[in-house]
Amino acid sequence: MQDRAAFLHFLFGRLGWDAIPYDVPILVYTFAVVAVLGAALLGAITYSGKWGYLWREWFTSVDHKKIGIMYVVLGVIMLLRGFADAAMMRIQQAMAFGGSLGYLPPHHYDQIFTAHGVIMIFFVAMPLVVGLMNVVMPLQIGARDVAFPFLNNFSFWMTVAGAVLVMLSLFVGEFARTGWLAYPPLSGIVYSPDVGVDYYIWSLQIAGVGTLLSGVNMVVTIVKMRAPGMTLMKMPIFTWTALCTNVLIVAAFPVLTAVLALLSLDRYVGTHFFTNDLGGNAMMYVNLIWIWGHPEVYILILPVFGVFSEVVSTFCGKKLFGYASMVYATVVITILSYLVWLHHFFTMGSGASVNSFFGITTMIISIPTGAKMFNWLFTMYRGRIRFEVPMLWTMGFMLTFVVGGMTGVLLAVPPADFELHNSLFLIAHFHNVIIGGVVFGLFAGINYWFPKAMGFKLDPFWGKVSFWFWLAGYWFAFTPLYVLGLMGVTRRLSHFDDPSLQIWFQIAAFGAVLIFIGILALLMQIYVSFRRREALRDTTGDPWGGRTLEWSTASPAPDYNFAFTPLVHDQDAWADMKRRGYERPLRGFIPIHMPKNTGAGFILAMLAMASGFGLIWHIWWLAGGAFFAMIAATIAHTFNYDRDFHIPAEEVERVEAGRTLLLAQQA
Amino acid sequence: MSAATEQAGDDRLDPRHVHGHDEHGHGSGAAHGSFKGYMTGFLLSVVLTAVPFWLVMGKVIPNAQATTAIVLAFAVVQILVHMVYFLHLNTRSEGGWNMLALIFTMVLVVITLSGSLWVMYHMDTNMMPVSPGAMRNMP
Amino acid sequence: MHATETMSSAAPAQGFYLAEEHHPENGTMLGFWIYLMSDCLIFAVLFAMYGVLGRNYAAGPGPKDLFELPTVAVNTSMLLLSSITYGFAMLEMARMRKGATLLWLAITGAFGAAFVTLELVEFAQFIHEGAGPWRSAFLSSFFTLVGTHGLHVSFGIVWLITLMVQVTRHGLTPTNQRRLSCLSLFWHFLDVVWIGVFTFVYLMGVLR
Repeated sequence: MQDRAAFLHFLFGRLGWDAIPYDVPILVYTFAVVAVLGAALLGAITYSGKWGYLWREWFTSVDHKKIGIMYVVLGVIMLLRGFADAAMMRIQQAMAFGGSLGYLPPHHYDQIFTAHGVIMIFFVAMPLVVGLMNVVMPLQIGARDVAFPFLNNFSFWMTVAGAVLVMLSLFVGEFARTGWLAYPPLSGIVYSPDVGVDYYIWSLQIAGVGTLLSGVNMVVTIVKMRAPGMTLMKMPIFTWTALCTNVLIVAAFPVLTAVLALLSLDRYVGTHFFTNDLGGNAMMYVNLIWIWGHPEVYILILPVFGVFSEVVSTFCGKKLFGYASMVYATVVITILSYLVWLHHFFTMGSGASVNSFFGITTMIISIPTGAKMFNWLFTMYRGRIRFEVPMLWTMGFMLTFVVGGMTGVLLAVPPADFELHNSLFLIAHFHNVIIGGVVFGLFAGINYWFPKAMGFKLDPFWGKVSFWFWLAGYWFAFTPLYVLGLMGVTRRLSHFDDPSLQIWFQIAAFGAVLIFIGILALLMQIYVSFRRREALRDTTGDPWGGRTLEWSTASPAPDYNFAFTPLVHDQDAWADMKRRGYERPLRGFIPIHMPKNTGAGFILAMLAMASGFGLIWHIWWLAGGAFFAMIAATIAHTFNYDRDFHIPAEEVERVEAGRTLLLAQQA
Repeated sequence: MSAATEQAGDDRLDPRHVHGHDEHGHGSGAAHGSFKGYMTGFLLSVVLTAVPFWLVMGKVIPNAQATTAIVLAFAVVQILVHMVYFLHLNTRSEGGWNMLALIFTMVLVVITLSGSLWVMYHMDTNMMPVSPGAMRNMP
Repeated sequence: MHATETMSSAAPAQGFYLAEEHHPENGTMLGFWIYLMSDCLIFAVLFAMYGVLGRNYAAGPGPKDLFELPTVAVNTSMLLLSSITYGFAMLEMARMRKGATLLWLAITGAFGAAFVTLELVEFAQFIHEGAGPWRSAFLSSFFTLVGTHGLHVSFGIVWLITLMVQVTRHGLTPTNQRRLSCLSLFWHFLDVVWIGVFTFVYLMGVLR
């Protein structure tokens, strides 16, 4: 009997039947829905015999465009999960007053707000941002692919592996109850002995490897693979912001990796970095994680500043106002973002000199951001503005984000922060900049570049419906939180005593309903556009009258992106080409050198996921076995020297002739 | 933008400047250094390692703070020696991007290190005072 | 001058595209260098950790009770020697002498293995004396910083062996040369980190 228990413990670690939450009805229903939908999806794929197609054309693809699309799909799926968490919190807070305890016990509520933060930042915003950069940036610089195509595929699957672990925590065990940054000592082994924090650590570590490698990849791509003639100051703004963002990724993510590794040492080995005893110092965790955390905010916002710049200049039919100042502002923000981290913990006990230093650097960062805002305004000034969906999102952003920026500067004042820290005012502020900035920007970008990625435009009607509901929903959901925060209501509460506050939470819940309709409209937009794809098809390759190189090739871009590498003479290279009578070459095609697809990235990431699962549940044979299998597989992969092939000239000619025909039909 | 730089920019357009068909010629890229370079670096680093060890192990200078300063100075010099002679770092390799990346990283390393020390030192300001001696013996 | 360029509406003499295949420079060396920079920041965090917690002995042993500088000196020389022998391997590689390259790589690996072994012996001794990483924050940060460096060296040795097999099989092809150059950067980079470790941790620890 003893032997059997020991054997079971060896085999399953601390994983047992009690880890499955079949006594929690909500989770059982969710699981049932997910299982039914998942089985239906898998069944449909199997029935239509698409597995081979998916594996060959998508999962193993090293094509940056396909990887980018897969990132966006991942981001949208995770958005649904993250929003479900948000909606549950809004409902709970609207209900739980006085005698009513709401429907979520604190144990569950705490997991939800943690999962919401983690998912929205790491598995919604990051994949969407990285996905957009993947699809667009190589096209903008006239490259055939990224510098390390295999690594790109591997990075994507590592991100997926992290996301799968987070999702798994819903049905097997539980997630962290610590808040999205898992501060110790709460996240230490003494106060969080169960698997929640371990899920948190390993999903972020695995996804973090992917993000870091993707950052290196993109930096090298931009530095090395620009089309001839595209000097740094002729790069499109989106490419500039992508460069700065990826520099920040490379500079910041190692800090997250290190600090999470230290936390896991505390939990697994019994070291004393962040413990209360034997010399540990939990404040050091807070310090270090924000050295990553603040640049992370700019990792998310900088690329969407690039999106807005491209959208504004395209839909106003003008060159961007103040290109150089936009570039300098981006670079300055990149560097300053590394000097402000302490404003996240003004109240932790630093002296006046430290707090004022970081308060001032924080306020300074609003100057380059303000400069950007004026550049966009002056681009619109006397422009011939077309109010297409991407432009609507941009204008919604400009109005919303400025408010978020101002409340941010308010919070940068240490004495004000002492009043407002940890309150709903802070929550309202960062949702103001993340929804009003990052999310709006991502939707602008998705609407703008969708035809380039998929070959047909998104339906504008449902796009507008989605925009207006999101915009109104944002204001209804978060303005009450500003008010409540000023009244002193703190964050992360699952129950309130003062009934006079309830109306504000009910308004916020109404806002969440509007946002929900916005999300449904987005899904509807994608569905309707797919159904009407023939009517919405972009045969020109340049549906908006774009200005940068991605619009010079077909929609969707062929595998090789450009039949001939473009020569760049000016900023807005495509606008320059159109103006000076560029004629598409029709003959003289040459074979094109391309990387081969490989399943190695998928396999490695799945092994990483298995290793992570073993570590979470203390299944040591699985953790160790999968880890060494991963190293062996990596080494085996390096023995494969046959990684590229040539697309024959005849194939290029065939594809290009197809486009010639389309363009001729149109003329 | 001056005419000169514009000219230089346009130079890149000349197809003759675009690489020919040897995909591998510039593959390994980095300089391999020379025997003389490696030996210079090695001898310098031997000296730069031996002296600090000697200073500390032999207790040559009675003042610990002065020794610390000297030891740190030697470390900085040795790191530079390694960068130049072993890592072959210069402003030309990879069009200066290597150097730029290094400088940027060094700035961030300095910010991370000095910032953390400054911030953590300051954390004590609003806390119960604890002397370093007491800290050392705290359970 | 910019204005004139913008105004001109004639097609440029060079045309708008390259008629031949474009070969951007290979980015592997730069990419690996950037990866090393990110690794550098991991070490920066560990150094910061040691800097902040390095004096929290929790009434346990401190550097003066533990560190044996002669051992550290021997260890340092192992790493230094491995650096110069890797340099010799690179010089032989530049002369396309496969056998000599492999020989110097093997010697480098041996020095690296000696370094890791000595470090493990040191660790084992500390743990035996009751000064394991769980004893105090000082020891936690010491073991983590020095151990992470040792882990990097061990990883470098695995990589080195892999490359030796690949060079044996395929010769000094451009791809293999590039891989050896990357490992060279990695190896010398670890040596640079070690300078920080022996100065900041060992020498300054004993000086306290």
